[in-house]
Amino acid sequence: MMDVPDQRGRRVLAETEEVDDVTATVGQQAQAAARANDVWKVYGSGEAQVIALRGVSAEFERGQFTAIMGPSGSGKSTLMHCLAGLDSVTRGTVAIGETTVTGLGDSGLTKLRRDKVGFIFQQFNLLPTLTAKENILLPLSIAGRKPDPAWYDTVIDTVGLRDRLDHRPAQLSGGQQQRVACARALVSRPEVIFADEPTGNLDSRSGAEVLNFLRNSVREHGQTIVMVTHDPTAAAYADRVVFLADGQIVSELIEPTADTVLDTMKKLDTPAEVGN
Amino acid sequence: MFRATLKSLLARKVRLILSGLAVVLGVMFVSGAFVLTDTLGRSFDSVFADGFSEIDVNVAATPKVEVSEVEGEQTATPVPAAVVDRVKQVPGVASATGIVNADGARVIGSNGKVVTSFGPPQLGENWTGESELLQLREGRGPQADDEIVINKSLATAAKVQVGQKVGVLTAFESKKRDFTLVGILGYSGDRDSIGGLNEVFFTTPVAQRLMLGAPDAFSSITVRAADGVSNETLRDDVARTLGAEYEVKTGEQVAADASASLKEGLSFFNKILLGFAAVALLVGTFLILNTFSIIVAQRTRELALMRAIGASGRQIIGSVVLEAIAVGLIASVLGLAAGIGVGALLAFLFGKLAGGLTLAGIGVPAAAVIGSFAVGLVITVVAALLPALRASRIPPIAAMQDVATPDRPLTKVTIAGSVITGIGAVLLFLGLSGNASGQTLPTILGGVLFAFIGVALLTPLISRPVVSLLGAIFSWSVPGKLGRLNSGRNPRRTAITAAALMVGIALVTGVTVILDSAKGSISALAEDTIKAELVISGVQGGPRPPSFDPGVLDRAKALPGVQMVDGEYGDMAKLNGESTWVAASSDVASLRQIFGAKPTAGDIDRLSPTQMLVSSDTATSRGLSVGSTVNVQLTRGEARTYTVSGIYESSQLTNPVVLPVTAAKDFAIPQPIQGFIQLAPGTRVGDVQPQVETLLADSPEVSVADREAFIKQQTSQLDGLLTMIQILLALAIVIAVLGIINTLALSVLERTRELGLLRAIGLRRGQTMGMITVEAVVISVFGALLGVVVGTGLGAAVVEALKDEGITDLILPWGQMGVFLGLAAIIGVVAAVLPAIRAARINVLGAIAHD
Repeated sequence: MMDVPDQRGRRVLAETEEVDDVTATVGQQAQAAARANDVWKVYGSGEAQVIALRGVSAEFERGQFTAIMGPSGSGKSTLMHCLAGLDSVTRGTVAIGETTVTGLGDSGLTKLRRDKVGFIFQQFNLLPTLTAKENILLPLSIAGRKPDPAWYDTVIDTVGLRDRLDHRPAQLSGGQQQRVACARALVSRPEVIFADEPTGNLDSRSGAEVLNFLRNSVREHGQTIVMVTHDPTAAAYADRVVFLADGQIVSELIEPTADTVLDTMKKLDTPAEVGN
Repeated sequence: MFRATLKSLLARKVRLILSGLAVVLGVMFVSGAFVLTDTLGRSFDSVFADGFSEIDVNVAATPKVEVSEVEGEQTATPVPAAVVDRVKQVPGVASATGIVNADGARVIGSNGKVVTSFGPPQLGENWTGESELLQLREGRGPQADDEIVINKSLATAAKVQVGQKVGVLTAFESKKRDFTLVGILGYSGDRDSIGGLNEVFFTTPVAQRLMLGAPDAFSSITVRAADGVSNETLRDDVARTLGAEYEVKTGEQVAADASASLKEGLSFFNKILLGFAAVALLVGTFLILNTFSIIVAQRTRELALMRAIGASGRQIIGSVVLEAIAVGLIASVLGLAAGIGVGALLAFLFGKLAGGLTLAGIGVPAAAVIGSFAVGLVITVVAALLPALRASRIPPIAAMQDVATPDRPLTKVTIAGSVITGIGAVLLFLGLSGNASGQTLPTILGGVLFAFIGVALLTPLISRPVVSLLGAIFSWSVPGKLGRLNSGRNPRRTAITAAALMVGIALVTGVTVILDSAKGSISALAEDTIKAELVISGVQGGPRPPSFDPGVLDRAKALPGVQMVDGEYGDMAKLNGESTWVAASSDVASLRQIFGAKPTAGDIDRLSPTQMLVSSDTATSRGLSVGSTVNVQLTRGEARTYTVSGIYESSQLTNPVVLPVTAAKDFAIPQPIQGFIQLAPGTRVGDVQPQVETLLADSPEVSVADREAFIKQQTSQLDGLLTMIQILLALAIVIAVLGIINTLALSVLERTRELGLLRAIGLRRGQTMGMITVEAVVISVFGALLGVVVGTGLGAAVVEALKDEGITDLILPWGQMGVFLGLAAIIGVVAAVLPAIRAARINVLGAIAHD
């Protein structure tokens, strides 16, 4: 339970007041689906202090598909966890839509995750005892809400699972399981969907299917998606890529291609350039 | 390998502690039983050694009818006073004193009620002066016929003081007689009583008349040896002088004999406790089996890795068994220690209850130590053996693959379960139908054990439909539905967990069915048959049943509205040399008119002083018919010959033998112990009852009740028995609860990621706890349901087998069964508390990142 994610930063640093807001601050818009404002995340204290996020500010526009990239330990997963209300921030504020996440108690956070946030994980994380359909409807059942039948049909048809609805996860392939997970995230029409390496456990074909599907749900249905990935090909599906290094946003690409993403990544991997 | 085992043990300590706890509780029962009986046994030794410390040699007459500890107090045959003089003539005798010492001196306390004893006899004795052991605390010894001395603890219990008038019932007078209390005595070492014994001292003539019913006679003779004469030599000399008619023993022998007969009772008690230990351990076995199976399943990767890097299958078995041995050893040590504590506590309570038995030091006999370790180790290792075998079959390749252990088919288990259940049923049938050739009890117990194991093996198969049906109750909510699905997820694990609860519940249900049926049958029979509106009886506390003044019978008969009165006497007697229970009836005609007996031969409505009646069963077993003569030796007096004049059909309510009332004067208790009053038609019970109450004013041991109250009182003993059994079996249920906690805790651990996901997508903490609770409740109610069904089956089988013994009605305790199911639901909720809290506290982020 005390797992320390490896993204917690690779260097032990003394606290520094030097805040550099290099690039990624997008103009304040009421439209933003998710917002981070000067977010610091510090683990431990004293000698063992690790700073995972150092004053990150970012906005994620409604109806946009954003990828967060960065080398291992850059803080990209931590940022996503903080945005999604899974982890608390040390300093700064996080908001989902109109709701300020920072300062919410457990029940507030639970309600926020239930009503405003959708998740897609690398390990699919489906309940083995439930059928595909039951898994998809689970967040709504927990909330005690009925699905909008038209939207439900749309989602099922988009992910192409209509003939697999009564199967249990063990009877589905990895790609199918991840499509169930995507449908589960979509069906409650959350403010924002957070996807954590959604293609990490899939072969390239299934991965492409899932990414296409995510991009379509943004283009056609105006869904907001924030995806953490280290795969440039996956990032190329996004409308915008935000690069993190050492707990700071260091770069940003609009309308990326796999090549431009790869180039930016290469630059980041050269330690001399970090923080310059 | 050893180091690896040790490390894995430490990593799993919580789980092992839980399953170890089951062994600890079972072992505790075993060692507690031994410690208790050893401590009490030695305490009795010292009590009797003390009580007989002033006797070098004891002379008593051979008893006419031997009575075992279970049947009551032995009544001594009086020794004529002349024998005292003969003993005095024997060379080497310093002194010989005639002693009167008999049970049945009952002191009436200042509240008008008889001071009762719960075990030790209530002795009435003759005063022979103070001694090293007996010391007057206040006053003086009795000198006049109406003076007595009693011991301090009795005076305290009766709340009486020196100088007061004290009422006493004696062996030969169950009508109150007033005495002046002239002294209170204590014992050496400032004790108020020896082992809870109550003693009343009269002058010698009064003691002879009221306690022995024989002037110029004694219960025994206490002989002191002259200086330089050994007790053994003196014993042999006295024995030679007196001949075979008398039992001559040294004081030590008498003490040892008295102690031995009590210890017989103790060893019976010991066996009962060990029986309950066996039940606890059986349940514990299920728990350990389950824990080790889960541990092995969870370690599949680790064990496969060990295989891959070269460990042999045997080494894998060794490592699992080694874990079991470590758990068994630790649990045995703790269980032994806890058992010593429990044994000491029970001995203390027993001592208090028995009226202040001074306990010898708490002893830990070798049997307790050996028993504890043998049982603890064997149970643990046996239970771990199957999982160990399964572990050794894990292929090395499992280390490389993602562990997807498919649900093994249940065919094998189901076949094994059916076969074992079948064996159990056959054994039960053999045992219950009396075809087990002398091994009835072991056969029945074996049958029950097989039935339990068999049903436990069948449980996984049953669990699927039943659990999903039970769970359907909770499916209206999402957490309920998830909980239900989870409980059906691993049928084997659910099954064993539920089976552990089944054993306890089944035994409780079975015993309840049997006792309720017995109670119902007896009540129904009594209500149908006994034609008496009022019954005189008392509640038996000590070894002696309550009795009352026979004069009451005649006076009751004279009351207006009373049609028939019958006083019942009873005792053990020897018929043609064989011990049996005999009764005497103050009005023989009652046999037909009140107890509804039907004659099968001769005349059963009257008896002359030389005639007797026997039941049809007795007539058959002893080869008697009308006109047969029988030699009868009663507790007192010489043997006499009676002629069988009538035979009546045996029933639950009839005695085997009825003697004329004139014989009752030679019974150990020569007073009636029950009275039945039949009223004339149209007489109101409420009119007669107060008058009979008045008649009983001087017989405070008994009271008069209407028939319903009497029947209820008679069957209430069964209620006490039932409660005691339920309490003892509760331990087995407690162990089963540990099992449920264990299973749930493991499930929570295994499903950390899932729980994290559920929390991530919005399941509230309360809902999470609800989900775990539903799982627990479904498992425990399933177990209880199985238990109720199996228990009812077992109980019904026993009742069926006892049909000929008079248990004719099968009474199913529906209310009790409902209570058990409700209780199971509560048990589930309680068992879920800790795992549920743990599940609710799961760190969402950590759980999702969990690998």
